[in-house]
Amino acid sequence: MELRLENLTKIFTNKNGQETLAVDALDITIESGTLVALLGPSGCGKSTTLFMIAGLVKPTAGKIFFGEDDVTKLAPEKRGIGLVFQNYALYPHMTVFKNILFPLENMDVPRDEAFERVKDMANLVGIGELLDRKPSQLSGGQQQRVAIARALVKKPRVLLLDEPLSNLDARLRLQMREEIKRIQRETGITTVFVTHDQEEAMSISDKMVVLDFGKEQQYDAPQDMYNQPGNLFVAKFLGNPPINSFEANVKNKQLIINGKEFMKVNLPDGEYFVGMRPENFRAKSDGFIVDIKEIFHIGRDTMIHFDFNNTNIRALVDSDSIEEGQNKVGLTIKPDRVYIFDKETGKVLNNG
Amino acid sequence: MANLIIKIKKFFAMIGKSIKTFFWNVRRILNNFKKRVGNFLDRHHINPAGKAPGWAKALIYLSPALVVLAVFTFWPIINSFALVVYENYNMTNNTITGYTIFGNFIRVLTDESFIVPASHTGSSAVINTLIIVFISVPISIFLALAISVALNSIKPLKGFFQTIYFLPYVTNTIAIGLVFAYMFKTDGGLVNQFLKIFGVNVTGLSWVESNAVYWRSMFVLIFYSIWSALAFKIMVFLTSIQGIDKQYYQAAAIDATPKGRIFSKITVPLISPMIFYITVTSVIGAFKIYNAIVALFGVAGAPPGVRYNLQSIVMYIYQFIDGSNAGNLSVAAAASLILFAIILVLTIVQMQVSKKRVHY
Repeated sequence: MELRLENLTKIFTNKNGQETLAVDALDITIESGTLVALLGPSGCGKSTTLFMIAGLVKPTAGKIFFGEDDVTKLAPEKRGIGLVFQNYALYPHMTVFKNILFPLENMDVPRDEAFERVKDMANLVGIGELLDRKPSQLSGGQQQRVAIARALVKKPRVLLLDEPLSNLDARLRLQMREEIKRIQRETGITTVFVTHDQEEAMSISDKMVVLDFGKEQQYDAPQDMYNQPGNLFVAKFLGNPPINSFEANVKNKQLIINGKEFMKVNLPDGEYFVGMRPENFRAKSDGFIVDIKEIFHIGRDTMIHFDFNNTNIRALVDSDSIEEGQNKVGLTIKPDRVYIFDKETGKVLNNG
Repeated sequence: MANLIIKIKKFFAMIGKSIKTFFWNVRRILNNFKKRVGNFLDRHHINPAGKAPGWAKALIYLSPALVVLAVFTFWPIINSFALVVYENYNMTNNTITGYTIFGNFIRVLTDESFIVPASHTGSSAVINTLIIVFISVPISIFLALAISVALNSIKPLKGFFQTIYFLPYVTNTIAIGLVFAYMFKTDGGLVNQFLKIFGVNVTGLSWVESNAVYWRSMFVLIFYSIWSALAFKIMVFLTSIQGIDKQYYQAAAIDATPKGRIFSKITVPLISPMIFYITVTSVIGAFKIYNAIVALFGVAGAPPGVRYNLQSIVMYIYQFIDGSNAGNLSVAAAASLILFAIILVLTIVQMQVSKKRVHY
């Protein structure tokens, strides 16, 4: 089921009549059978977007299409969606079995088939032997699986997940990421999920939408977005450790850093924002010489700190290439891994 | 004029400040005193709390409440067990003719108008009370649930309706009783006027007056006790419904759950501990019904000039204290213990039934 958002807008009005633009004219098409992440910092409107798709929040303007059906005005129960809430919202007084069965009780399904579907779904999400337990007797990861099973058992057209992993500990999170991916693959359901964790989004989604202040920043496959960020916000939001960004001048088609020519760029003279990811630097003797301020050994890699145009820059380099006490190092970086952004609009100018 | 207002404001501000300063200084003095006492105890190596076991300390903190409870609750309970074995106890000259174990119980159980309907009234206290309990409690609980769900789902006028439903709780029982008696008057009463609209022949249709038949007065009594008991129940239910996580309702909405199923499968189970609590307390409360009957029908417990009686168990007990059989406290004690046994058995039954139905 293809999911299409057209000019989707939400404005919240508080008691004093103050208006907040939560979602700003989103135009996104989610292809059938893909897993798409809505990613952004807190308050960027990602959950609001999800709830608008679910029908729990009414959009101020714009349209939502499931395939060819316009569902904008449809009540949530008529949309055929499965929603997994952030804290799962499992009914505490019902067993796991009853919880998963609950959506089917409201549908026209024969009893035997309903029971069969509950069991199949429980086995798919890996909780087949926990059906008699109450939610309070389950771990967080198991509750999560029950919530997914409950959302999927009625065969929805679209599966929506609201921050599905935020209530789990780090190890479980890794495991559940893979589980969600597997369940989505096996069922082939169009899935939208909301997260503020860029690593999580990048690791499980086929494509992701980065939002900021309700505006779509970029919509692309995770690796493409990482390698070709559309603007400074996306570049800064993705990646850990974060991208280094600093101001630099271009003179005579040359990027000037620390008063020296760094590389050739095909841009008019002027001031720009420059972004370089810490892991894209390589230590080479014939590279650009910098003064090392500090060296941190972190396992496999070594992090060095130095200055570019009076801004602290971090670079992750091979441990072997740096010795303790070394105070100068030559660094190189591939030209297509240097991102130059417009100072006014933040748009990338040399890439993508 | 404006100057005067400023002066008045300043004056009150000054008073407020000096009051606060006074309490601050009192606390300073107390702190100082505590410190000195502590220093004194430390210097002489006295540690009064150190050796006392935990329960002793707890007892000290509990003692004020315990004293009150002991005098007004525990002692009467023990005393009623003692009273029950006296034979022909006479309160005025404090004499007994002997001791008996079951004598007073047998007297109560075989007494006309306790269980056995009395020949001159045709009604008994236990039957009256059971009718009131088993009709008014279920109806009031269902009504309270329905009203609180309805109140929870409306936005405009919510506060207004909440106040309306809560009014009986803060209004004097006797005053309400008088208003009810007036509403159910035969001639020109509000209820009869209302029935007249629907073409009911209301001439001589008496509710709480001399011509009223048993079920009509009982209806008024039950109506009254349901209505006056609603307030507290609605408050409790509404609070617990408001405490339910909204996400359960959103999840149910997405699964296209009909309203009735949301109520029976989500709302009721999630507030079931409160429903259980309300059921137990209102059954106990309804068994002890007394002032509602007195408010509506006076201490006689019946409309004037009728043959039957609406006396409840508690009214039966009271008649041995200050009524027609005044002075025989042993019989009253025996009747109270029978009431206690009935309530105890019913509560145990409720607790057993609730084990499966109540989800904590």
